[in-house]
Amino acid sequence: MRNIHDYIWHRRAIIRNLGLAVVCSFPLQLRAEIDFNRDIRPILSENCFLCHGPDEEDRKGGRRGSGGLRLDTEEGAKADLDGYAALVPGEPDESELLFLVTTDYDDERMPPAEHGKALSEEQIALLRQWILEGGEYDRHWSYKRIERPEAPEVDENSFVVRNEIDRFVVDRLVSEKLAQSPEADRYALARRVAMDLTGLPPYPSEVEAFVADEKPGAYERYVELQLKKPGYGEHWARMWLDLARYADSAGYADDPLREIWGFRDYVIRSFNENKPFDQFTIEQIAGDLLGEPKIDQLVATAFHRNTQTNSEGGTDDEEFRNEAVVDRVNTTMSVWMGTTMACAQCHTHKYDPITQKEYFEMFAIFNSTADEDRKDEAPILELFSDEQNRKRKALEESIAEEWRTLEAELSKKEHRTRRLEWEKRLISGEGWQPLVPLESDVQIRSKGKFSIDDEGIVEVHENLRPNEQYTITSDFPEGMKSLSGIKLEIPALEDGDPPWSLTEIEVRVVHGELSEKVVEESKGNEKKKADPPLKLVNASATFDSPHTKVASAHDGMRANHTRGWSVPGRFDEDHEASFELKKPVALSKGSKIEIVLGQVEFNRPIKRFRLWVSEEEKPLPAVPILLASTLEKPERKRSRQEKAALISFFARHDSESRESHRAIAEEKAKYDAVEAMTTVPIMAEVPESGIRKTHVQLRGSFLDKGEVVGRGLPSAFTEGAGTDDPDRLALARWLVDRENPLTARVIANRYWEAIFGVGIVGTSEEFGSQGEAPSHPELLDWLAIELLESGWDLKYLLKLIVNSATYRQSSVVTEEMYRKDPENRFLARGPRFRISAEMIRDQALFVSDLLSPKMYGPSVNPPQPEMGLKAAFGSETDWETSEGEDRYRRGIYTSWRRSNPYPSMATFDAPNREVCMVRRERTNTPLQALVTLNDPVYIEAAQALGRRMASVGGSTAKKAALGFQLCLTRPPSVQEKETLLRLYESLKRRYSDDLKAAVDMASDPIGPVPEGGDVAEYAAWTVVANALLNLDEMFLKR
Amino acid sequence: MNPLLENIQNATRRHFIKQTFAGIGGFALGSLVNPASASDLPNPLAPKKPHFPAKAKRVIYLHLTGSPPNLDMYDYKPELVKRDGQDCPSVFLEGKRFAFTSGTPKLLGTRRAFKQYGKSGMWMSDAIPHLHEVADELCMIHSMNTDQFNHAPAELFTLTGSPRAGRPSLGSWATYGLGSLNEDLPGFIVLISSGVQPNGGKASFGSGFLPSVYQGVQCRSAGDPVLYVSDPKGMDRDTRRLSLDAIQEINELHADEYGHPETRTRISQYELAYRMQISVPEVMDISGESAKMLEAYGAVPGASSFANNCLLARRLVEKGTRFVQLFYWGWDFHGTRTDNGIQKGLTDKCATVDKPIAALIKDLKQRGLLDETLIICGGEFGRTPFREGRTAASNVLGRDHYPDCFTMWMAGGGVKKGFNYGATDELSFTVTEDKVHIHDFQATIMHLLGFDHERLTYRFQGRDFRLTDVHGHVVKELLA
Repeated sequence: MRNIHDYIWHRRAIIRNLGLAVVCSFPLQLRAEIDFNRDIRPILSENCFLCHGPDEEDRKGGRRGSGGLRLDTEEGAKADLDGYAALVPGEPDESELLFLVTTDYDDERMPPAEHGKALSEEQIALLRQWILEGGEYDRHWSYKRIERPEAPEVDENSFVVRNEIDRFVVDRLVSEKLAQSPEADRYALARRVAMDLTGLPPYPSEVEAFVADEKPGAYERYVELQLKKPGYGEHWARMWLDLARYADSAGYADDPLREIWGFRDYVIRSFNENKPFDQFTIEQIAGDLLGEPKIDQLVATAFHRNTQTNSEGGTDDEEFRNEAVVDRVNTTMSVWMGTTMACAQCHTHKYDPITQKEYFEMFAIFNSTADEDRKDEAPILELFSDEQNRKRKALEESIAEEWRTLEAELSKKEHRTRRLEWEKRLISGEGWQPLVPLESDVQIRSKGKFSIDDEGIVEVHENLRPNEQYTITSDFPEGMKSLSGIKLEIPALEDGDPPWSLTEIEVRVVHGELSEKVVEESKGNEKKKADPPLKLVNASATFDSPHTKVASAHDGMRANHTRGWSVPGRFDEDHEASFELKKPVALSKGSKIEIVLGQVEFNRPIKRFRLWVSEEEKPLPAVPILLASTLEKPERKRSRQEKAALISFFARHDSESRESHRAIAEEKAKYDAVEAMTTVPIMAEVPESGIRKTHVQLRGSFLDKGEVVGRGLPSAFTEGAGTDDPDRLALARWLVDRENPLTARVIANRYWEAIFGVGIVGTSEEFGSQGEAPSHPELLDWLAIELLESGWDLKYLLKLIVNSATYRQSSVVTEEMYRKDPENRFLARGPRFRISAEMIRDQALFVSDLLSPKMYGPSVNPPQPEMGLKAAFGSETDWETSEGEDRYRRGIYTSWRRSNPYPSMATFDAPNREVCMVRRERTNTPLQALVTLNDPVYIEAAQALGRRMASVGGSTAKKAALGFQLCLTRPPSVQEKETLLRLYESLKRRYSDDLKAAVDMASDPIGPVPEGGDVAEYAAWTVVANALLNLDEMFLKR
Repeated sequence: MNPLLENIQNATRRHFIKQTFAGIGGFALGSLVNPASASDLPNPLAPKKPHFPAKAKRVIYLHLTGSPPNLDMYDYKPELVKRDGQDCPSVFLEGKRFAFTSGTPKLLGTRRAFKQYGKSGMWMSDAIPHLHEVADELCMIHSMNTDQFNHAPAELFTLTGSPRAGRPSLGSWATYGLGSLNEDLPGFIVLISSGVQPNGGKASFGSGFLPSVYQGVQCRSAGDPVLYVSDPKGMDRDTRRLSLDAIQEINELHADEYGHPETRTRISQYELAYRMQISVPEVMDISGESAKMLEAYGAVPGASSFANNCLLARRLVEKGTRFVQLFYWGWDFHGTRTDNGIQKGLTDKCATVDKPIAALIKDLKQRGLLDETLIICGGEFGRTPFREGRTAASNVLGRDHYPDCFTMWMAGGGVKKGFNYGATDELSFTVTEDKVHIHDFQATIMHLLGFDHERLTYRFQGRDFRLTDVHGHVVKELLA
């Protein structure tokens, strides 16, 4: 392509010399002044940047060897091209740019015909005017610092102005020659405010009080009332959970259930506490890096553990760990910065100034966490109830106290000699003897090839299956009389070796003939050992991270036991783990040891290892790497902390402190017996940034490695910010920094979108040059400044919006208004658009009085149709319907299985939450009608609502009016009431003639009608209620 | 009018506005709204013209989930048979990743008997005897090639153009571009044959960022054919009509009072739903088919078999459904059990598809529908020419996943008949002739439907997305 374009540039020069230049005859645009960002950037971005933008990789045109013509910078556009330039300020006819977009020569015209886009006359006129006015560039609007704009003066006699929002909006209405709509009536406002703030209609009593309240400030008081309801947090959490791609399953083919609802509850609580958004941000991105993080701050980091985990057989964990990191980069930039980063994963961004290198610098910030696409989702945090926490705390303290007592005792002089003696032995590692098994002693479950060297190091050359397991049945070293401990050594990995984890270790001693002692039972595909393994205690390891503790590998082989010992970030060092037998075993002639090393994790087998055994009364423990250097120093050179750490380690392995150990073990057992209420996967940094290097991944492939990069933030947004080697915490702080040009705008815009249906920037997911320009740029900046200066107070932001006169307008629209502004971008009327899937469901349960007010806890399974399907390689997708009130909880608590989202909500555009969802569609389809007409959930709601109507005293008309008012928060008109009554009367006649149908209609599935009730009446009221729940107005806020 | 523009205008109104605003910025907010269409929202599923006239009007896509062993069905490799049991040459293994195999596996020649069939002399194995009869209708591509070797990512790649969930599926793009030919039926219908979801879950037939009206609607053979299509117990059709009339009456009042066109749209959607309550169960009920027809397909009313779904696919396209997607689980022939071994396992599995597929082709042809209906059949990747590692010592023979070459076939609407395209080496490790990448395959399907795959796009997150990402070339040689 480069050649063709060069050729064209060349030809152009010839044409010019021949005097063939086409004179354009378009009339000048009558616009007062060109605004580069508003008028010009979109044209250039849409039509030119693909080939003449930031990506230098295949930039076209320009002088030979110049790296191509660049039109996204002023410098590039005005660069000298051998006597002419794309842009000559003030001289449209001298500017190549204009020539090439207007020329009649098809093979020269830009953009090239194969790109299918040609500029309109209006666009060309704008370009011409811009060049005439000097052709100046301006920084993209959303990358400029946010400054407080002045609110325009408007005519307050002709327009209602309640706060600054109205000034900005009215100013635009005036210039568009539009009028403000009158304020909506109180009923409409009661419904609108309650739906917007809590996601539910108001209680009838609230409505009546509000409608009757004639005192000033009635509206504002009503707003406060709604904001205080716990439903506020449940409603606004929904939007956040879409962004956080929260789901109750791990995704991909088998899509197993994942326990992570603690995060959902954190989000609801945070909204209800009105947690400042900057704090909310920092906790979720980097709560674990805060000094002494609170439990809630750790739970918050599950935000980025909502990435998918692939446990399909035969998948490469590193590939999908990489995918998760990519997702974290993209999601962070989407959620906070409204910037589509994904393009830059494979190449420098075509439209926005983000290079591929910068992409991976940001990737590097996230590339040092301990999670590794493991099936068990490690690292995870156990969550306990308040009472459990109190109990655990008390036990923790008493255990700590006992250790302190023991350590104090052992610090005394009288133990010094013994300790020094022990230290010497520790360094020498004495007392351990290697096992050197024969080939026939080793069984590799997958039958992979292996070899054993003279020193006893077993190397497995190929691992053919997940759920790998090695069994070593070997003679003891000569002369050994008893077995008191075993040690597993795993040498440092070499380049290209996969990381390992040991999920379980079992040790048995077999005396005499193997076949007599070990009985194998066949159970399914697995052989189960009948004799229990020996009890192991006092595990010690060279490295023991909080989430992959060595101790979790020795508590016996359990079904699906997938925790275990690993060394995230330190695989390039030699490692050991030692275990003591609770009771030493005496050996006789012919005794053999059997050791099983289970590695349930997919593709995480141990490549090289050696086993050691000991008969010492108290076998020496494996020495933590962190202590090894202390041991090498003479005692006087050790720091206080080093001494304390060493004493602490000594206390735990000292053979003469058995009494204390026993007492502590008893306390510990009590502590361990407290079972967690739930677990949450969390973010945790691998120590000292681990061994992962971040490379630029060529073409976005994790196997195709380019240069090594460090951590960094994209320079386009960070001028002047101190961003040297940022970690996640620095990233989080930068996101909510006053100087960050995007976050406050993006968040304010998203709230505006939630309330008005369309953001001030319509493309709320994209604030870059390919996004839409804001309809009210000053208003957006004003809202962003208010958000910043209020200390990121989201309820304050919402109050500003809903207290404005703009929001309080009636939503009635004339045909003329609609023609002029179908999406209501100019805001000459109040908002009216379809409510979300969750709101539709919650509302039906609320008006029928079925909705449970229960908050928090495990996700629930409301009724859904049986599909009789399984997930690929996974479990059933049908579920057991929850019982009791859990059947009627708010939609936010519904189990969210990614491969199979709750069908009735999916029909109303609820996403599957595989990736971050910034903006839901709002469709209007016949399948939606089938849900609300026929889904048993809605039939049950209709039955309950019908009974509610039937149970009220008075005339049929009164009953009908009650139902109507419950649903639509207003009394019915005469016509509406008549229609409902007519329907009721004909239904009643029909059902009186067919009582069997009446029984079905009135009671399936809710249950028999109240005793003595007229079943035909109940059936009729059910159908009336079903009609009410399907009125157009039910799906909208009015 | 420019077909692209026409296409955009026919999409949902909100989207149209978004496209336009996004395209040229906010400077002309007022002037861009098209007054002609302001008073009613166009039906997003109304039939639309593609970029250029095309032969194929409808698609039936038979996805064999798990990926059938092409070397035991379509791609005959006598040399591989000769070298059965030998160590796999290392040159074919270096630098490659396999799902369940490492080390040096053994070559595995097919155990099936291959012969040439039809006038075209198409090679096929004895696993698919009924397909022999329609050999001259098939357009066989032996040089398929994909980027993925795990099921879920590979299936998503094949059906959505991306290995990660979140992009629109082939059927969604087709319905977005073409609309539906029968407004009483969903435009894109999914039939799942064996009680197991696609590998990619619902994302394999999802609409991604396209409006959800374009997502595949799953029809079931037991229970409601479409979710909630039946009236509740105790409500007959007349009662439903009665209540619907009341709903519509009140909605009309609201439409007049508030003036929102969306209310009128809802009114028409409720009417459409009412009609679908009849039309969907009707088309999904095969009990009215003749005994001869049922026998030809091997279909049994009330069952939930692939055979039934083939017959349903014919009924649906006959009624104007744009895209019918079948998913049939159980083609992951690793040889870990008898039923996924390439001996008896493959014979049994093929017996469940062979006859219905042949019947489908003949039936469509006999009805004059084959020329306008594109049939596509295949899995998400290929299978190795060597024995899978885990089962190397077992009596059951199986093959691992293999992305580098495999076979897929098409028939009907716009493709050559009795045609072989592309070739692999004598052991079938690499494509030697006319490589067809998944994106090329997708570009070709779009072409057959009348679309330039580079121009059928949707603006999302500031970028125009398309089925083929930034790749894909139409394989002109396949076109009739």
